[in-house]
Amino acid sequence: MPKLLGLRCRECGAEYELQATHVCEMCFGPLDAVYDEAALKKIVSRSRIEQGPSSMWRYRDLLPVEDSVAVVTLGEGFTPLVKAERLGAELGLRNLYLKNDSMNPTNSFKDRVVSVAISWARAHGFETIACASTGNLANAVAAYAARAGLECFVFIPIDLEPAKVAAISVFDPNLVAVRGNYDDVNRLCSQLIESTPWAFCNINIRPFYAEGSKTLTFETAEQLGWRLPDEIIIPIASGCQFVRHRQAARELMEYGLVRGERVPAFTGAQALGCAPVYNAFHSDTPDRVLPVKPNTIAKSIAIGNPSDGVYVNRIARETGGVVEAVTEEEIVEAIRLLARTEGIFTETAGGVTIGVLAKLARAGRWKGDETVVAYVTGHGLKTADVLASANGHSSKRVEIEPTMKSFREKVSIS
Amino acid sequence: MAQFRIPGPLRRLSDGQVTVAVEASDLASAIEALDARYPGFRDRLLDEKGELRQFVNVYLNDEDVRLGSGLQAKVGERDEISIVPAVAGGR
Ligand SMILES: Cc1ncc(COP(=O)(O)O)c(C=O)c1O
Ligand SMILES: [Zn+2]
Repeated sequence: MPKLLGLRCRECGAEYELQATHVCEMCFGPLDAVYDEAALKKIVSRSRIEQGPSSMWRYRDLLPVEDSVAVVTLGEGFTPLVKAERLGAELGLRNLYLKNDSMNPTNSFKDRVVSVAISWARAHGFETIACASTGNLANAVAAYAARAGLECFVFIPIDLEPAKVAAISVFDPNLVAVRGNYDDVNRLCSQLIESTPWAFCNINIRPFYAEGSKTLTFETAEQLGWRLPDEIIIPIASGCQFVRHRQAARELMEYGLVRGERVPAFTGAQALGCAPVYNAFHSDTPDRVLPVKPNTIAKSIAIGNPSDGVYVNRIARETGGVVEAVTEEEIVEAIRLLARTEGIFTETAGGVTIGVLAKLARAGRWKGDETVVAYVTGHGLKTADVLASANGHSSKRVEIEPTMKSFREKVSIS
Repeated sequence: MAQFRIPGPLRRLSDGQVTVAVEASDLASAIEALDARYPGFRDRLLDEKGELRQFVNVYLNDEDVRLGSGLQAKVGERDEISIVPAVAGGR
């Protein structure tokens, strides 16, 4: 029995057959995958999940891939949820946790969405996988296409960080560097879907792709002992994952996987250099997200025209969350703060998340006992250049001769 | 005349035409002209307040009109106006 029933428009409710399409013909609203919830209710349970693989595929029942399909996997997900004692102490939070999604196969949370997207696309006969990307998505798509043996086209803005370009290129995809920013790349790809037979992960097969994000929140709840935290801090680019995390919390409750009725506060993080959702959240018209031209070191989340921005604001408001933003300096400081206190090296998007966490904590948002989880979604080596350009090497660096004398002269041992 | 590029989901309205030429001076009048030729476009593109709908992006020669003067954007003889569904992207 198939568990997927079709696609449904989030705005007007129009229903569609399962297919590679992402917009409602009636109202242009986004389409979501519809599951046979009654059938799933009979099988989904904590013990069934706990017996599954140590990857995000332990939540397979809640993902849009039928049981008969061979999934394309590199062991993504089930990343560490670490209690952040030292960072927590600095911020006055006694129950702070970090979901370290930089531990994924290609070092960002994108492996979750791409594993689902490529599994779906291969099962539905697609031979070429494509995407419009700010870097991390292209990295994941290139790797998983190699793994699956599918053709691959990735489209990136021309000014991407060299480390990201190298990490993409090694998988030998067709790499199209577009002279423009991400929003230009995205528009081009949105027009290309009509003239290519390709599965664009974040465009025409987006309803399936997006679902992979939910596993981050499923895992967080399981790792907290099957309970949801009080608040989750999530970086926002398009807002796609933010929206799916709200849905994940709903499913955890509906399927009786977590106790309690309380929905976490969902809080969004943006860089001030690209803050269209934050701007709208703090305006009189949060339902109108006006595009901006991005200018920030947080390139992986530099989307000036975020497709899900309006939904982010709605969810943040409804759940008691906020959308906050940080400066370029605060991003770099937060990368260093996280590294210094917890031994985790995150990229600029993680700097945005931790920067917002720190800003809100210092502004007195929490009493101290709340369980707060920050999603650290990408690895620091991808954007290591921002540290060098910010203020050179480590302040504790010395250069010495290979002699005891030189060591004693230059290094103070306390 | 300025050319509209019509996306797949809206081509049922334009009898399958991918491009439609219209006589207009700004984007608002271009949409009126498009709707006069193929009724239904105005409703799909504009909300009750007459503003661009949330899920529609309109590009004037590849520039997002919301970054400029929106519906008041001047439209010239050889300009191309692309309608693109907004829900896409992310990452
Ligand atoms: C590391 C990282 N974190 C967060 C995001 C935000 O994702 P979304 O577009 O779903 O808001 C991205 C998107 O590119 C990313 O690369
Ligand atoms: Zn609809």
